[in-house]
Amino acid sequence: MTEPLKLPPRKDPQKRTLSPMRPPEMRSRAALGLAAAAAEGRFALQCCAECGAVQYPPRDACGICLSTDLPWQDMVPTGTLLAETTIRTSTKLYFRERMPWRTGSVQLEAGPVVMAHLHGDVPRGAEVRIWNLLDRAGQAVLLALPPNRTPYMEDDPVLRLMTSDPKHRRVLITDARHPATPTLVRVLRQAGTALIHVGEPESWRPYPARAELEALGVDLQPLDVTDTASARKLAGEYGGRTDILINTARFMRPGGVLARGDTAFAREEMEVNYLGLMRLVQAFGPAMCGRAADGVNSAVAWVNILPVEALSNAPDYGCFNASGAAALALSQSLRAEFRASGLRVMNVFAGPTEDDWYQPVPPPKVTPQALARSVVDGLQRGLEDVWCGDVAKDLRERFLRDPKILERERTTAGDGP
Amino acid sequence: MGRRRQSYDGVALCCPVSVPYQRYSIDAAHHWIAQALRGTLQSGLRKDELDGFCVASFTLFPDTAVGLTQHLGLCPRWLDHIPMGGASGIVALRRAARAVQAGDADIVACVAGDTNHIDSFRSLLSSFSRFAMDASYPYGYGGPNASFALLTDRYMTLYGAERADFGRLCVAQRANALRYPHAVMKKPLTLDDYLRARPIADPLALFDCVMPVAGAEAFLVMTEDEAARRGLPAVRITGAIERHNAFAEDPIQLRGGWEMDRDQLYDMAQCAPGDMDLLQTYDDYPVISMMQIEDLGFAEKGAGPDFIRDKDLTVTGDFPHNTNGGQLSAGQAGAAGGFIGLVEAIRQVSGTAGPTQVAGARRGLVSGFGMINFDRGLCSGAAILEAA
Repeated sequence: MTEPLKLPPRKDPQKRTLSPMRPPEMRSRAALGLAAAAAEGRFALQCCAECGAVQYPPRDACGICLSTDLPWQDMVPTGTLLAETTIRTSTKLYFRERMPWRTGSVQLEAGPVVMAHLHGDVPRGAEVRIWNLLDRAGQAVLLALPPNRTPYMEDDPVLRLMTSDPKHRRVLITDARHPATPTLVRVLRQAGTALIHVGEPESWRPYPARAELEALGVDLQPLDVTDTASARKLAGEYGGRTDILINTARFMRPGGVLARGDTAFAREEMEVNYLGLMRLVQAFGPAMCGRAADGVNSAVAWVNILPVEALSNAPDYGCFNASGAAALALSQSLRAEFRASGLRVMNVFAGPTEDDWYQPVPPPKVTPQALARSVVDGLQRGLEDVWCGDVAKDLRERFLRDPKILERERTTAGDGP
Repeated sequence: MGRRRQSYDGVALCCPVSVPYQRYSIDAAHHWIAQALRGTLQSGLRKDELDGFCVASFTLFPDTAVGLTQHLGLCPRWLDHIPMGGASGIVALRRAARAVQAGDADIVACVAGDTNHIDSFRSLLSSFSRFAMDASYPYGYGGPNASFALLTDRYMTLYGAERADFGRLCVAQRANALRYPHAVMKKPLTLDDYLRARPIADPLALFDCVMPVAGAEAFLVMTEDEAARRGLPAVRITGAIERHNAFAEDPIQLRGGWEMDRDQLYDMAQCAPGDMDLLQTYDDYPVISMMQIEDLGFAEKGAGPDFIRDKDLTVTGDFPHNTNGGQLSAGQAGAAGGFIGLVEAIRQVSGTAGPTQVAGARRGLVSGFGMINFDRGLCSGAAILEAA
């Protein structure tokens, strides 16, 4: 049975912070299909389009019929543990520092035999289910778990290395004014978050959630993402104590290019949604990267909340979505920049949210509860890309099918009389 | 059943050379291969008489056999590079023998050698194979130890084998190594030492694992007439097989390609397992030796532990096995690990093994096994050698 994780004692400042080490990152291009599925929390394998044979390890040609058409398909994630070993010595520092390490061979119901990490609650020869997770190198690995939930399952040391679980971690939410912030605080608390700090721009200006946040007893700190000095000041105090940063800062106005007479709002959107993200990273990123192997409450994830329309724009919020697209592009650069530390960038793509700025948009809309759940669930499962709400899921499907068709769909002028 | 295999009649193996191994070397693989090649010339051959050259090595990068021809000043009319690790000795022998039979070369030098720098095992691991990189190293990075631990675990579960069963193989090999001047391990090993050793990747412990070293092995292949004219002690090949990626459908490897081809091997050599005076298996891990003892027909599948329990596996015993200590006690010099048993068998059957000589050895079986790719070793081979 998994031992419940204990809240770590206050850090001894005399001790050296461990340098973040990583499991092996190198993979063939074919193997990256597994990482693409893991980023969304799916377990997929290549399946031959001609003869149907399921393939593993990932490859360029079917091992049965030599077809090179091997699309990835979601698989039944169950199997049986055939053999196991507890590795006690490794030439790779990441594992060497975490010995002993248990792995095994699992016969999948889908056909192939895979090597997998073993959750501590899996006994010898057991039936298992497989989770396809990203490890600290940001690459996909398979973990065998018991078929059903076990107590404190998420506290298993191997599983915890793969996820961004907020339990016992310290979270900074960057903007108290986002309509979902109070709900996010509540859901994070339920998930066992140790401390929550919330940034607050323009404290003198009242906003509806203020009272609610005060009632929740969160620690409100002045933070204006459009002000480099403000971000630096807060990072100076909290940068070394931030394990998860959730960027809720958002500035939005409706309209495409012609709907606006000038670039004033667009400039403000870029200041908050794009340059604000950049300022936050420059202020908090280095300290978080340096603490990515710092024990139970190591720095683990950077969360961006993006409009799903950043993938494919339309004029109703055309200028705002463009700033979202800029933030999305920046997040890809961040992924590469954070890779070496193991710090994960999680993008939550949300459909229109249930708030004043999306008021004219028809339902379904994303409630604060749904957004908060998506963020916390994504962290607990260690995801990189989260699709929040039916609109976001729909747009993702269409985008993956054909981005050009989606663009044409979304840019229709409508027939005249 | 296809066409009948052609015999290796008229081909001789001679001039076995083992360059003493070192734990670490600051020299390159080229240095070790050159020493082994030079060793084959001790017999009085001139370097320019070598017109065939075959190399196996993991640490030659960026060179291959091609670069070595210029480096070593060779001008062969037949050249081969064998990337098959533990199977490279058997494969080299098969290819070189056919080249000599066909007249494509008169004298082929087969050489395997590798260096071992402080960090070279780690860097070798990281670039071993694509399937290993994608699907086994990310799981604890235990290297071959972890892969063979899984195999050993499965073998023990299915056949009820115990660690002591594998220990017997290791203990006997250490006893043999004490006679072999080049062995790296020189401390006697008891079954108790074996059982109490530091665990490495359960169920494997320290003495189940080979020690990576630097070293080289070599032998020459020529016609029997050529060997006789030069007065070289020589042995004949009476049968040889190789197989790759056998039994791909087995969920975990518990048998190798030998099982597919052994009937042809014994048919070719007109003999049976019981006729062998000695057996040299590829022993990167004792479970692999056990597999070979079974797959080569000495015991039924799963009955290897019972079979060896009643046997004395030492040089003076009734079932001499890995007579120079094998890789487990002499060290694993990279690709030379695919040659060590073969080179020792040539010495044995030609009566030139010195301190490890099995009395009256006339016929020996050598087998090779190589290249763990994801979850299993893919190359296997075996050859029967007889006194000329």
